[in-house]
Parts: sequence; C-alpha cells; structure tokens
Amino acid sequence: MTLRVYAIAYLIFLYAPIVLLPVFAFNDATIIAFPLSGFTTDWFSQLLTTQALHRSVQNSLYIACITAVLSTILGVCAARAGAMYNFPMKRSIIGLVMIPLVLPEIIVAVSLLVVAIQILDMGLSNWTVIAAHVLICTPFSIAILNGAFQNLDPSMEEAAMDLGESRWSAFRLVTLPLVMPGIVSSMLIAFTISLDEFIIAFFLTGANPTMPVYIWGLLRFPASLPVVMALGTILVSMSIVLLTIAEILRRRGMARVGVKDKGGFL
Amino acid sequence: MTSLISLSGVNKYFGDYHALRDINLTINQGEFFSLLGPSGCGKTTLLRTIAGFEGVSSGVVMISDRDVAGVPANQRPTNMVFQSYAIFPHLTVAENVAFGLRKRPDIDKSTAVDAALDMVGLTGFGHRSAHELSGGQRQRVALARALILKPKVLLLDEPLSALDKKMREQMQVELMQLQRHVGITFILVTHDQEEALVMSDRIAVMFDGEIGQMDDPETLYRRPNSRRVAEFIGKMNFMDARVTRSAAQIDVDVDGLGACTIDAEQAPVGIDVGLAKVGIRPETLAILFDGETTVRETISGVVDEVVYYGDMTYYDVRIDGVDTPLNIAMKNLIGRPVLDVGEPTTVVWDARSLVLLP
Repeated sequence: MTLRVYAIAYLIFLYAPIVLLPVFAFNDATIIAFPLSGFTTDWFSQLLTTQALHRSVQNSLYIACITAVLSTILGVCAARAGAMYNFPMKRSIIGLVMIPLVLPEIIVAVSLLVVAIQILDMGLSNWTVIAAHVLICTPFSIAILNGAFQNLDPSMEEAAMDLGESRWSAFRLVTLPLVMPGIVSSMLIAFTISLDEFIIAFFLTGANPTMPVYIWGLLRFPASLPVVMALGTILVSMSIVLLTIAEILRRRGMARVGVKDKGGFL
Repeated sequence: MTSLISLSGVNKYFGDYHALRDINLTINQGEFFSLLGPSGCGKTTLLRTIAGFEGVSSGVVMISDRDVAGVPANQRPTNMVFQSYAIFPHLTVAENVAFGLRKRPDIDKSTAVDAALDMVGLTGFGHRSAHELSGGQRQRVALARALILKPKVLLLDEPLSALDKKMREQMQVELMQLQRHVGITFILVTHDQEEALVMSDRIAVMFDGEIGQMDDPETLYRRPNSRRVAEFIGKMNFMDARVTRSAAQIDVDVDGLGACTIDAEQAPVGIDVGLAKVGIRPETLAILFDGETTVRETISGVVDEVVYYGDMTYYDVRIDGVDTPLNIAMKNLIGRPVLDVGEPTTVVWDARSLVLLP
C-alpha cells in the first residue's frame, strides 16, 4: 500500500509539470495562473505567424538532422569495433568515449566555446553547435548500438565473405540489415537530444538561434509565455512520439536477431 | 591421389603467442581429413589460414598448386561451415542457401537452391525463416549454403559440437555419406576423438600448435607415436619396460607382464636398448572368467575398481610389480558376471597388442 502511494506520488512529481504545459497552452489568459479563464487556440496560431520562430525551428531541425547522422555513424564505428575486435586499452578507450554522457553540459559548453574562439579562431555558426551536439549525442548512439552489435555473431560477416562477398558488401548485406533498427533508434534519440538541447546551443550558437535558445529569449516578455507553453506542448508530444518509435524499433531489432532483450534506455 | 592442399613450414604468431609451429601437411583430392586436438591447440587457426581468414607469419599455403598468400577468403575455392553455423537471421532458408550465388549469375538460382536443399534433406524448407529452425536443421542449411558453390574444399569448424549426442551420431553418418556423394575434400576441426575416428580418412592430431601425429584412424589408434597422442585418443595403460634387443624383432621385459618378443612395427618411432614405456589398450586386455580358456598369456591380479556401463564393464585390476592398476574393458557377453572389488582374477594379454614408446 505504502509502495503504491509512493509510486503514484513519484509519477505526479515527474509528470505534473509536463501536464501543465498543454493546460496553459489552451488557456485564454496571458498570465500563467489558476483559475483557468477559457479555451483558446490563439497561442498556437501565433506560433504559425512568428517568422523568427520559424527560422529557429528550421535551424534546429538542420542541426538535429546532421547531428543524428554524424553521431550514429560514429556510434556504428565504435560499437562495431568494440563488439568485433580486441585492441589494447579497449575498455579504457570505450570508457573515455562514453564520458560526455556524464560531464556537466555547461562545462562542455564553456570549454568548447574557448576551443572554438580562442584556439581554433573560428566564428560561431550552426556547425559549432553541430560539433558540440555530436560530442554529447555519440555516447547515446554507442550505448544503443552496442546492444545491436554485441548480439551479432562475429562469424556472420566472415560467413558472407566466405561466400564470395567483399568486406564492405558483407557488412552491407548482413550486418547492416541486422543492426538497422538500432541505427534508426540511435538517429531518433540523437535527433531528439539535439533538438531539445539548450545550454551548449546557447553558448555556441551563431547569429541564428536554435529553437530552445529562441524560447529562452521569449521568456523575457511575460506576454509571450502562453506561446512558449504552446510550443512546449508540441515539442513534448514530438519527443514522446520519437522516443517511442526509437524504443519500438530497438526491441524489434532484438527480436529479429532472436536474442533476449537486456538493455536500452526505456 | 592428387594433392589439393599443401602447407609447408607454416607458422602463425598472435603477438607473442606462437599459435602454429612449423606445420607441414598435404591433403588429397576427395579426402575426409580431420584436425583433432584439445581446445587451444591451434586446429581452428589452421583451418582459418586455409579459409583465408588468417594470414600466416611464415610458410606457404598452396591450394590446387597455387600459393594463396594474400588471397582473401572470398576468392579462395574453399567454403566453410562455422561452429555457430552463422545462418543469416534476416533471410529465409532459400535466401541463405542462395547467398553465395549473388556473384555467380551463370548458375540458375532456384534449381541450384532446390538441389542443395534436397542434398541435405531439407526439401521444401526454402520459405522458412532462419530462426524457426532446430540446431540440426541450421547445420544442414549451413552445409547447403557452403556446398551450393561447389567448392574444392569444404571446411567444417566443430560442426557437431552444438548438437545433442543422438543427433551428433546421426549427422556423423550423414556427413560421411554426403562427402562420398559430392566427392569434395572435407577438412573437419574437432576435439572429439570418436567423431574424428568415425568419419576421417586421415587425422592430424595437434597439441600446442604442432602436429603430433598424422595417420589414418586405425594406425593412429593402434600405433600412436607418443604418449599424449595415445592418451588423447581413447585410453591406454602404460607400463615401464626394458628393451634388451632392438632389431627386426624386439625383446622387451615389461614390469608386471614379463619378457616377450614383439615386431619392430610395434615401436612406431623406433626404440633403442634401454628403458622404454609399453602401452596397451584396455580392450586388448581381458579378464578370464570361470569356465573360459585361452591360448594367450595370463597373469593373476585383484579387482580394484568396477565401472559398469551396461554393454561394457571397465575394471581396474591390480597386478604384482606395477603401481597403477591395469584398465580393462570387457563386453558383458552372455553368462559373464560382473566381478566385485577385491576378487582375485586372471588377466589375459597378448604381445601383439603392445605399443613400445621411448
């Protein structure tokens, strides 16, 4: 009984703030407070007509897509190397690659800013954000893809080569289809992380802000709070959908190679 | 017989580890050849150097009179059945079997796949997906997939180790029949001595990266050239002995058994006058039960241990002058009792079944 109460309290603590988002996004008042005054979709229609927002969304999508692809490619390389080969210091190297997962983002952001401006002397642009996002997304990609690659029989690629295929086509014809669900899942998660990420983008973004940075800018104007709520509602729903698809694909991939599911984030 | 594969002076190092030590061997066209040895003896590494998955550190590998150094696996006339079978789980049985035909447009796919599935007894299984198959069926798919390319050599890496005992015995016979039917050279890697004895034309026994002995199964079993070969393949009793004359006939005085004269052939690696070891297989000794008679040599002993197997009983019998009891295998024929520990008994032996080793 106590356990049940605890579980319910815990879930409320986790999700109540998120539930408030759609509540106020449809509330007909500029002040975020109870009691609710009435139903409106004005805030959503304002979203549709704000040019600056559109530009920032485009920016974010651009950054998130490229980040997803790059971090997944790096993840595939790392996961395949870890699963199929033995090399000196393997564990330490894999461990080092995973560290950005637990580094405070603000530290990463500040040091990357220093590196970009003081050392490399490059201007801030979408590409500095992409580089930083790849850094923080790659560990997630590796974690997801590790599962897919660890479950592969290493003889599988050898068998394909033995049957006449080159190393690359053995990878393409056998390994790639078997880890494809992991790849898609990794791209979706990296995409989601990059799309939502604020701190690093805030430090490294150039002339064009990403969407989270734009939202933060809006917060200075209390009148635009309900618009932020509306935008947040859309983002949360999108994130949930993407993460669900990613997890479904990951599980389907496990079933496909016929192994027991032992990992994953969800 | 024409030689198909020959290895001369092959060495392989993994870092500091010397995995293959000066391997020399020739495998003939149409032969069923086995590499037998305990795990870690280098037999799988040797198979992989023939397949092209491992290069050699020194020495020459020839397939069909062609030096295959630097030739990758996909360009060698060899195909392999992997220990895990490595069936592609995202493809159907037919797609698995047809995989190697991608690079061979000259072969009609569906006819070849049907023929290959017929050959391994999986007629009509083509549409099944790989994870619906049992262990034995997966192995047959792996065989069909490798044989469809009509390789000169089929390499089998412990193909029966994942199967249960009944299935294993059945597949041993099927593999032999299949090999005779297709006439392709088979090279089998196994740690199971019985499997190697049953199936092979010739066996190379490997220890620590070296070939200890290479012979046909009967010679290997009856005339092992070292103690470790004798003990790896079946059981053997060993006794101390002194050689008093070594010529076309050898005079030897065996502890516990006494003096006898044997053929020079019974000393596979030759023998000098002096100390030696005598080996004798448990089934070439016998216990003389009440009412039985023999024309062979006898010696008396006391039963030390009895292990009953149903069709067989293994006795350890202690005889005077020998520290270790003799292990004797007896078939439980009609009327034969199972003796008790401590019973006095008579052991029958024959000089012709002795093996003399340095």
